[in-house]
Amino acid sequence: MTLHLTRRYSLSASHRLHSPRLGEEENQRTYGKCNNPYGHGHNYVVEVSVSGPADPATGMVAHLGELDAFVAREVLETFDHKYLNEDVAAFCERVPTTENLCIEIYNRLRAFPGARLERVRLEETSLNSFEYAGESDRRAS
Amino acid sequence: MIYLTRKIEFSAAHLYHNSAFSAEENRRIFGKCNNPHGHGHNYVLEVTVAGAPDPTTGMVLDLKELKEILQREIIDRMDHRFLNYEVPELAGQIPTCENIAATIWKLLEPRITRGRLHRVRLYETPDLFVDCYGDGDAR
Repeated sequence: MTLHLTRRYSLSASHRLHSPRLGEEENQRTYGKCNNPYGHGHNYVVEVSVSGPADPATGMVAHLGELDAFVAREVLETFDHKYLNEDVAAFCERVPTTENLCIEIYNRLRAFPGARLERVRLEETSLNSFEYAGESDRRAS
Repeated sequence: MIYLTRKIEFSAAHLYHNSAFSAEENRRIFGKCNNPHGHGHNYVLEVTVAGAPDPTTGMVLDLKELKEILQREIIDRMDHRFLNYEVPELAGQIPTCENIAATIWKLLEPRITRGRLHRVRLYETPDLFVDCYGDGDAR
């Protein structure tokens, strides 16, 4: 039997989709209104899934307080109420699409010492979501 | 392969306390979940069965049958109960979302005779849930 524990967090941030590798017109065509010059924002929902056996003494896969503190430090403090393009070093070069944000969050959470990180699922809006489970995603094979 | 999911809700009380820990350790590890008289949640349970549709009925399994199994095994056992004291299957365990989901898996797995139990997902709140899979079946 395998247990996955999932916790949902919210963060609000703005971004602008614009690639330095594309010309003005091509950026506009590729990203549409997401290319508007001053950016726009979303209420993102981050779903963090970790796995492992339930500790017999506590009944827990991961201590929720520890997971919350780790996510707050590694993710929420970095991204919440920020302009991703300007305020986050990782997006100085990379386009802050929600795909790239999902991968960035996953990479930041991999070091969680309390359990194995399984997956990050990121909702950009209630209609769009992205999942990343690392390069060795078991589902991809 | 088709994955069929049925959802139910039940409301129950619990508290987290390990008698091997001191009062102070219990408070530090379990926080407000250690409050002595317990507290409760509206649990939402999603049960997913995997299988191929029967050629005659077009069904993986009869939903009525699944509904009855969930009523008998889960609702009748856990709904409006204090999980620590009234559910023998959880006796001696801390009734975390993890342990409740694993217990639900063990109760349901032998009862699902058409298709096979693929996943038990238990929401303690909309922002916290646990998925339980059989060995090698996580995805």
